[in-house]
Amino acid sequence: MKIKNNIAVSDNGFIFNPASGESFSANPVGLEMLNLLRKGKEAEEVIREIETKYQVDSSTLERDLNDFIEMLKQYHLTVIDDE
Amino acid sequence: MLTIAVTGLNAIDSPGPGVAVIRGLKEAKSFDCRIIGLSYESLEPGIYMHDIVDKTYQIPYPSTGTDILMSRLMYIHEKEKLDVVIPNFDAELYSFIKLAPRLKEKGIHSFLPTMEQFEERHKVNLPAFGKKYGIHVPRSTSIYTPNEMLQLEKDYGWPLVVKGKYYDASLAYNFDQAKSYFNKISAKWGFPIIIQEFVHGTEYNVTGLGDGEGNTIAAVPMRKQYITDKGKAWGGISITDKKALTLTTHFLKETKWRGAFELELMKNKDGEYYLLEINPRIPAWIYLAVGVGQNIPEALTRLAMGWKTDAYESYEAGKMFIRYAWDMIVDLHEFEQISTKGEL
Repeated sequence: MKIKNNIAVSDNGFIFNPASGESFSANPVGLEMLNLLRKGKEAEEVIREIETKYQVDSSTLERDLNDFIEMLKQYHLTVIDDE
Repeated sequence: MLTIAVTGLNAIDSPGPGVAVIRGLKEAKSFDCRIIGLSYESLEPGIYMHDIVDKTYQIPYPSTGTDILMSRLMYIHEKEKLDVVIPNFDAELYSFIKLAPRLKEKGIHSFLPTMEQFEERHKVNLPAFGKKYGIHVPRSTSIYTPNEMLQLEKDYGWPLVVKGKYYDASLAYNFDQAKSYFNKISAKWGFPIIIQEFVHGTEYNVTGLGDGEGNTIAAVPMRKQYITDKGKAWGGISITDKKALTLTTHFLKETKWRGAFELELMKNKDGEYYLLEINPRIPAWIYLAVGVGQNIPEALTRLAMGWKTDAYESYEAGKMFIRYAWDMIVDLHEFEQISTKGEL
């Protein structure tokens, strides 16, 4: 899973897809996850990095990250195979 | 210094493009211009915007015929020495296209679609248009009686889009609603009524300019963000949608479109584009295109004058336009002047 490289993300978590004109807003943890994914990190690496910063058990974190990635896919913010 | 006549000064809730076109012309880098407004009604706001419109003349409605329009334009030309005319209403385009050669003989240039292009893209002819140029269009049928919808309801399913010949479109969810829109719209715009299959999805618009030889001089796609109850964009954002731009280039190449246009597109959930409508003129949101780097009114004027015009290669995505209403205070004598003398 890769985030589209034309997606613009501001420091405040405001996300803009220039292809569709859609915009979204991520909370601070969502923004951190998104920025790690944009750097090309795999889900396991994202979990490891977030775990070291916040008090959270890894199963909750894994579930939240999966939900978040699903949402990114649903909003067409990820690269799909034929692109 | 060019003298350019512009129509569509009705900057109201369902706005004409004139004021936005004039703003583009005033910001043109390659020429200076004087603006002559051409109005139909005494209360079109652009008439009173003296900082951007130098003088306004009333012109006769298209229904009065082209000869009357021609003689009025000749009167205006005598006084103002017009170089270019930019008509901005669908309903007046027929007259201006027809008069274009006569106007050119008198030194008034325009850059409009050919009569064939104008007729071919008509809502009534859209299915044939799509087939001819290989562009997806929603299925549609022209009808003259409400009962003809009974078959279409089976073929297309609900909801159905009920459209007028020139303007107006309503979404009907059942036969009673469809019948009521049929009656309302036909009373206003006449027959036929067009029944179009409804494509679920997101609406995108592209404005651009073709040189008449198949080349794209300008193209800017926009997504509406704020839509009024009349379906007009009150806010929108420039986007980079590649498919919409490819479709636009294809449209221009195939049709050799001459002049400005707006494509209304619907992207369905599978990412396929359907062409809903082709407006054969500049849209009211044209100032967004100017603001993101493609001054279409300027390029159109250059083409009209027969000057060398380079194609725009890029624009800025992620820029928004947000429209607003603004109250002007106007002296009664100005209203009196335009109402009684037809000039201000």
